[in-house]
Amino acid sequence: MNFGPVIDGLPVLLQGLAVTLVLTVSTLLFGLLIAVPLAVARWSGPKWLSSLIWCFTFCVRGTPLLVQLFLVYYGSGQFRDELEAIGLWWFFREPWNCALLTFTLSTAAYTTEVLRGALMAVSNSQLEAGFAYGFTGLQKLRFIVLPQAFAYALPTYSNDIIFHLQATSFASLITIEDLAGVASVMANKTYLHYEFYLTAAAMYLVVVYSVLFALKRIEKSLRRFLYPG
Amino acid sequence: MLDGYGPMLFKGLTATLGVAVGAYCIALVLGVLGATAKLEGGRVTKGVAEAYTFVIRGVPELILLLLVFFAIPTLIQSIVRSISPEFVNFRLELEPFTSAVVALGFIYGASATEVFRGAIQAIPLGQLEAARAYGMYGRVLVVQVALPQLLRFALSGLSNLWLIVLKATALASVIQVVELMRVANLAAGATNKPFTFFLAAACIYLAISAVSLVCIKFIEVYSFRGTEQGAK
Amino acid sequence: MRNRLRYLFAVAAICVSSTAVQAQTNVRIATEGAYPPFNYVDAKGKLGGFDIDIANAICAVAKFNCTIVAQNWDGIIPGLNAEKYDLIFAAMTATIERRKVVAFSNKYASMPFRFVASNRVADAIAAAPGTGIDQLKTALKGKTIGLVTASTADPYVRKTFEGVSTLRSYQKMSDVLQDLKAGRIDAYADGALGIDATFLKTATGKGYRFVGAPLTDPAYFGTGVGAAARLKDTELLAKVNTALAQILTDGTYQKIAKKYFDFDIYGQ
Repeated sequence: MNFGPVIDGLPVLLQGLAVTLVLTVSTLLFGLLIAVPLAVARWSGPKWLSSLIWCFTFCVRGTPLLVQLFLVYYGSGQFRDELEAIGLWWFFREPWNCALLTFTLSTAAYTTEVLRGALMAVSNSQLEAGFAYGFTGLQKLRFIVLPQAFAYALPTYSNDIIFHLQATSFASLITIEDLAGVASVMANKTYLHYEFYLTAAAMYLVVVYSVLFALKRIEKSLRRFLYPG
Repeated sequence: MLDGYGPMLFKGLTATLGVAVGAYCIALVLGVLGATAKLEGGRVTKGVAEAYTFVIRGVPELILLLLVFFAIPTLIQSIVRSISPEFVNFRLELEPFTSAVVALGFIYGASATEVFRGAIQAIPLGQLEAARAYGMYGRVLVVQVALPQLLRFALSGLSNLWLIVLKATALASVIQVVELMRVANLAAGATNKPFTFFLAAACIYLAISAVSLVCIKFIEVYSFRGTEQGAK
Repeated sequence: MRNRLRYLFAVAAICVSSTAVQAQTNVRIATEGAYPPFNYVDAKGKLGGFDIDIANAICAVAKFNCTIVAQNWDGIIPGLNAEKYDLIFAAMTATIERRKVVAFSNKYASMPFRFVASNRVADAIAAAPGTGIDQLKTALKGKTIGLVTASTADPYVRKTFEGVSTLRSYQKMSDVLQDLKAGRIDAYADGALGIDATFLKTATGKGYRFVGAPLTDPAYFGTGVGAAARLKDTELLAKVNTALAQILTDGTYQKIAKKYFDFDIYGQ
């Protein structure tokens, strides 16, 4: 095993890691922003809206992320002229945007379902108490329901976070130079496939377990919402 | 509409199902082994099982798949070769399909381990004690009392795992198995119609997921019969 | 219990040693399956192409029992060294870099390497000052070039255009061509024959052409297309070379070449 070129290539690998992290954080943030209203709508909205959203989450969760990614990236290339005509080509032209879009929709779908389950787990008596105190719907949501829902959802949501962190490696298949992409390019340049992929794997390990550690801390602090005095 | 790639898409579908079923079975076996190792193993077995789930949880499937696909056969080959000089030409002849099944099974065995571990720990101790008080031991205990309850607790995790493994077969396209994703990719490249073919593949995956969900519902109803939840 | 284990081990050993004996005449060959007309997968899922036919011809002459499998391009050399197969017949150019990790047979085809771009970009390149590679560098400054990971042109283009253009890495030729057509990349450098047969000669390739001088730096572009084998399999390669020499002289090679190319594929 020859790790010399790996050590020389560490700066580039770290750049790739930065790309991975930026992509992950962006998709998770946007996904969460989309998922919260969708989950609330699923939980307490009209039936037709709930079914519509379920269709969305079913379609996204029922197909492999890789297929979705290629569908958006190469598929949009097939309709380049049409997209240009309606002024959207500039978005789909960049692989980064395609990856961001696909991963965001994916995490939004999974998170919606997780949050919905968590919302349903908040006991009705909490809502009734809120009603008795004269809380409006939005206030109930903000002060009573959502904090508890997040506390319930966090363990399952952590799995989603880790999954999408690792799923960003698919972006390397559409030319994005994230950690997996950089490792692949350098592995092929130097023919040191094991060394580079092992190093990339080790870097992912460190990131994943750091994130898990942080999440465990957050989980502990959110517990205070679950057992009110 | 599909430019003659219809039959090949169908072949891809059968390959996808084959890889998924094979990998799932291997994952289940590894899951049971891993869970028992973690719960009742000695220090060494427990350590191995912990390391196994630790590494697999932390590394992306894509990279794991490539590492497992290339590294494990080489590892096994070197081990066997070092056992004795007459094995110096030992070759592990695995075609891509088998390699994909083994690699994916190995990777998802870690998730199965966690599912089984949680399920085993969730079986109320009182049930097992009562069974022993009635004189049930060994195989009778496991088959009549532990397993049905295990199934109930493990069901949501295992059905989730099935759906995950099903979708993970798309990764097998990276190691050259001619399954659905790879067929779509090849057809898209040959006909320059990527949207058409990836959409077709997505619809087929969706159909399989839908059928799976229906089957899971049936299994759920069956395994929860006789309990409060089953009466719902 | 221990005796049972020993018994099982003995049975396994017998099975293993019998496979070891058979392994001598079984040769597994890998190809990419995504590089027409050299290798491709047809609508029925079968591998076909110039590489496959030449490989079968060589196997027939050398009396090997050959199986041919497809393997993704960026894993094809690691797979060889991981002993997943014994030979590679995949339009692979014998470059100096590759010779460090695998051994090559004698040449069985010649492959020129060129840039392909849309007519608009090609006109801009042709109008740019300078000649040869410098002209390309001037014209493609700030633009995007597509490459197939681990292709022959990859190291050369990476070294020459580093910092000059944005480089994008793809898994296989059809992926790059799709993005070239979609306008995500401005130019693509790779083996000319594959691009010509699958793209330029078809309806999708209208409005695109080769541009700039052929890329021929011998340090990067090697000595022709050959079959690859592991560095230690010298015997196997010798047999392949003998068989190759025979099909070159007895007309089999010419017959196969005529099926795919209307010019002399062997080259100088």
